[in-house]
Amino acid sequence: MLTTIFAFINAAIIQGIPLLFGATGEIITEKSGNLNLGIPGIMYMGGISGIIGGYLYEHYTDNPAAWLCILVPFISSIIGSSLMALIYSFLTITLRVNQNVTGLALTTFGIGVGNFFGGSLLSFFGETGSISLITTGNYYKAKLPFADKLGLFGKTFLSLGFLAYLAIIIAIITSYMLNRTRTGLNLRAVGENPATADAAGINITKYKYLSTVIGGAIAGLGGLYFVMDYTGGAWTNNGFGDRGWLAIAIVIFAVWKPSMAILSSFLFGGLYILCVYIPGLSSSSKELINMLPYLVTILVLVVVSMRKKRENQPPAHLGLSYFREER
Amino acid sequence: MKTNEKHTREPLFHITKRSDIVWWKAWIIRAIAIISALIVCSFVIIALTKYNPIQVYKTMIEGSFGSERKIWILLQNIAMLLCISLAVTPAFKMRFWNLGAEGQVLIGGLASAACMFYFKDSIPNGLLIPIMLVASILGGVIWGVIPAFFKANWGTNESLFTLMMNYVATQPVAFFIMVWVPNGSSVMGVINQMTKSGWLPDLFGKKYLLNIIVVAVVTVIMFVYLKYSKQGYEISVVGESENTARYIGINVKKVIIRTMIISGAVCGLAGFLLVSGTNHTVSTNLAGGMGFTAIMVSWLAKFNPVVMTLTSFLIVFLQRGAGEIATAFRLNESVSDILTGIIIFFIIGCEFFINYRINKRSKKEAE
Amino acid sequence: MSNAAIELRGITKRFGKITANKNVNLSVYGGEILSLLGENGSGKTTLMNMLSGIYYPDEGQIFINGEEAVIRSPKDAFDYKIGMIHQHFKLIDVFSAAENIVLGLKENGRYDIKKVTARVKSISEKYGFDIDPDKKIYEMSVSEKQTVEIVKVLYRGADILILDEPTAVLTPQETQKLFAVLRRMRDDGKAIIIITHKLHEVLSLSDRVAVLRKGEYIGTVKTAETDESQLTEMMVGKKVSLNIDRTESENTADRLVINGLDLYDENGVKVLDDITFTAKSGEILGIAGIAGSGQRELLEAIAGLLKVSSGEIIYNNPKTGDSENLRDKTPIQIRDLGVRLSFVPEDRLGMGLVGNMDIVDNMMLRSYRRGKSVFVNRQSPKKLAEDIIKDLEIATPNANTPVRRLSGGNVQKVLVGREIAASPTVLMAAYPVRGLDINSSYMIYNLLNKQKENGVAVIFVGEDLDVLTELCDRIMVIGSGRVTGILDGRTADKNEIGLLMTGTNGGAENEN
Repeated sequence: MLTTIFAFINAAIIQGIPLLFGATGEIITEKSGNLNLGIPGIMYMGGISGIIGGYLYEHYTDNPAAWLCILVPFISSIIGSSLMALIYSFLTITLRVNQNVTGLALTTFGIGVGNFFGGSLLSFFGETGSISLITTGNYYKAKLPFADKLGLFGKTFLSLGFLAYLAIIIAIITSYMLNRTRTGLNLRAVGENPATADAAGINITKYKYLSTVIGGAIAGLGGLYFVMDYTGGAWTNNGFGDRGWLAIAIVIFAVWKPSMAILSSFLFGGLYILCVYIPGLSSSSKELINMLPYLVTILVLVVVSMRKKRENQPPAHLGLSYFREER
Repeated sequence: MKTNEKHTREPLFHITKRSDIVWWKAWIIRAIAIISALIVCSFVIIALTKYNPIQVYKTMIEGSFGSERKIWILLQNIAMLLCISLAVTPAFKMRFWNLGAEGQVLIGGLASAACMFYFKDSIPNGLLIPIMLVASILGGVIWGVIPAFFKANWGTNESLFTLMMNYVATQPVAFFIMVWVPNGSSVMGVINQMTKSGWLPDLFGKKYLLNIIVVAVVTVIMFVYLKYSKQGYEISVVGESENTARYIGINVKKVIIRTMIISGAVCGLAGFLLVSGTNHTVSTNLAGGMGFTAIMVSWLAKFNPVVMTLTSFLIVFLQRGAGEIATAFRLNESVSDILTGIIIFFIIGCEFFINYRINKRSKKEAE
Repeated sequence: MSNAAIELRGITKRFGKITANKNVNLSVYGGEILSLLGENGSGKTTLMNMLSGIYYPDEGQIFINGEEAVIRSPKDAFDYKIGMIHQHFKLIDVFSAAENIVLGLKENGRYDIKKVTARVKSISEKYGFDIDPDKKIYEMSVSEKQTVEIVKVLYRGADILILDEPTAVLTPQETQKLFAVLRRMRDDGKAIIIITHKLHEVLSLSDRVAVLRKGEYIGTVKTAETDESQLTEMMVGKKVSLNIDRTESENTADRLVINGLDLYDENGVKVLDDITFTAKSGEILGIAGIAGSGQRELLEAIAGLLKVSSGEIIYNNPKTGDSENLRDKTPIQIRDLGVRLSFVPEDRLGMGLVGNMDIVDNMMLRSYRRGKSVFVNRQSPKKLAEDIIKDLEIATPNANTPVRRLSGGNVQKVLVGREIAASPTVLMAAYPVRGLDINSSYMIYNLLNKQKENGVAVIFVGEDLDVLTELCDRIMVIGSGRVTGILDGRTADKNEIGLLMTGTNGGAENEN
């Protein structure tokens, strides 16, 4: 029984890590007032860019070095997702296009790019079958050497790949940055009231661009974790599923707090696979349990709007573009 | 001593809102955007296929118009996308971000499928189809009106709410498929394959004609509703300025809820058409992302139902064409999403140059 | 004496055809409080905005501590140690006071909110502010928010403080507190400019008074050597004859009887306090008062847009002879009672009209519900639009032009034209000639007069006292949400109105 519980916790964490990357990235983005609905697409992009980088490296070298196996996909993932976020930033910040429309188009685009390369990468090199980067995947999955010696605890919490710990570290750093640094203060001001921030001498455009691109890059790592660690270097089209939207749901559930997002992600990860662990569940009722993450998110959204507690509201200027002359 | 030096760092351009632009200038800007998008797409295609892009575009046209069957599929796809675009439009006009069309369509479709499954042969088609229609519309309305109710009363963020409702809608569909398909394959086959009960009849022997006619009628009704009806006028006023709406005594809450009932109803109708008139089955992928594409279609057409026929044609044409490329050049069919994305980026981006004027900052200008 | 902290020489600022400031000379020294006195629209705020970097003067020079200065942005103003406290606070609601105070500041070293809090506390102690640095802005009263703004400016090391009507939003007790703080800052050597139009505050607080009137600099006097009547005269000037026709009122009847109206805003501040008056048919009732004294709320309450907490709004229907209480009725219910109430709100494009709609569709705003059809009838609004364009000489390409593209005067003609076309029995107009050129203004006066001759009860909220005294039959003066006097328009004296407005006179005085 205990083993099952710990196995469940371990699985919940593994499921939660991509969501945590996505949620942290989206929180940073939304704090600047940009509602980036392109995050699901960006996460696909982060995954496929990592795959492409890893594939090219494995393809062109005979003896892949461990650190390059990690670094090349990592860097290419970040480049891929940053470029996506840059497209979003240019359209919404500089060209002031509606954020919802841009985000949705970006998601279409990103999922398209992911599935396209995922499906055709091998054929470009005259190979057949499906992508499977086992070498790279194993490096990403490498766990701490002493993890297995520490019993259940080690198995549950210390046996994860390095990206999992990176996700938690990034969330903690983000939380610190938002609440305890000047940059965080300025960033929050931009999302709350850009006119006031502007009057205080804060460069709105710079903050919006940077937070959206950095947020995009972080979210993209969620895709990378999924393809490299979770699936061990394999790509299946649409395999990432709707996790991107779930990440956006977590942002709401965690009321825009990265520290809350850590636990929320594991909770959502747990809900995502809960059905597997409840014995005697018919396959049809499993589907209904999958509804839970979205239902609780809606519940949070409604309760927050009813209680009108100011700290828990979305950034006041979320979804709107800022144009100084309109002051 | 303070000097002017630091002002040399001010941006070179000064952006102001245009108060007016001649219509042909606006269309030239849009044309330039589409041409640039096609050029960029050509580069992408060359990079991916190493074929002559002209050849590729020709293949695309063939993919859409190559045979009578292809043309019918094209028209059917346009009709469905247009129908969902029409559904979201009244909400957008009111500045209510209904990102939940996907879910509203799905629930509508589920309702129809349920009627088909349970009533099977016990009810004659002439009665079953109206029942399905009503059930679908009701489903879409329920899914649409819940977020509207919370928005109207507590200002709950509607874009996030409707977005989440999409994924809530997925699960009941998956649930019922599990219940209905005993072998656990989680794929629902065609319902009532033999009896065709609950299937929309073919018109003049054409499979999709009835769908297309229904959507054409809805297009006209929606155009008239938005432009000439009192309710449509109220939607515009609420969308433009809630303060003005209050000033002339419009009940803003009522308008929000009423408009989302309409939006959800048309989505439900689309779900009905997809199940009863097109697929004769249901899956979690029934709307296939059209709920999101519809948002872009409506936006690109500036909420004008007639222009929407053009924008939905553009998008469907691209998707079908790209699908054809994929088969012809043995590429993955997701290439259509890439091309659609690029073209949408260009078209939505170009609106900036229509709405704003970019002035070079003159040196002596003192603001 | 040493160099002035600020000296303005020959400052002129134009906005299009309108000259907001004309050849203004002004100076303020360290260790003194200068009051900048003038009526609404006399150019005080514009002048000060040139010091805080929001506008740049067209002509003239600014000297700071004797050296010529160029101020092109709020940041430049900071660099010259000028801090302005605007009427509309620039604060972020969900931030604490301390967070707002350091926002955007590029200090060296690690960001440590505790250090900020400590410094805020030391500044507060030095000048006697009452402020909790950890309190969130949204939990604060208006006065606390203002304190945050002042501390923000001091935290940034400002030596020159400009306060734009700081007392407009304060209770008398809070005002006294603020004045004590300002005096302490003066004694600390800071130069302080306070924009105001309340004479008793000027007299009790400042060392010198500079007066602006209609954009022109009138002069500076030492407070010790002046009195209220001299300042009022400087402020309002000699009577200017406008030659607005005013017919005698005939057959007047009590049309609208307002009784003991109280109203609180969303912050729980009382904005209307026991308002009682009667609007009669066939006369123009002027409402005079400093901007923001409750005029907007009063009209919106009568129109059914705001909920009053007590009092009654009685309408005497001339057709049926019935009396109806309009309190707690929605605009639709009011209309359904047969009350023909027209309202020209202050915010023309934000409330009265829809900027993106064309003239025809704007004409329909009031009338689109008519008839049982589900469709709107655009025929009669189109005819109405064309008639109004012709009658009021509206410059527009055609009736299908969005009103946002029209000039300010034409926008107002569209709005007034529509409201009059409803053949009202009560017509309320808030600042109907604000921003309009002379010709358009006279056209509006004539329209109002015509309505009066038709037996309409006209309520005219105005700001120019010359206009009020020439147009109106009676003038009600309100100050801080209270009626401070109702005068006969034919005999009222501008100085008398000015004194009632600024609240140094009359029983309604609420200062202690």
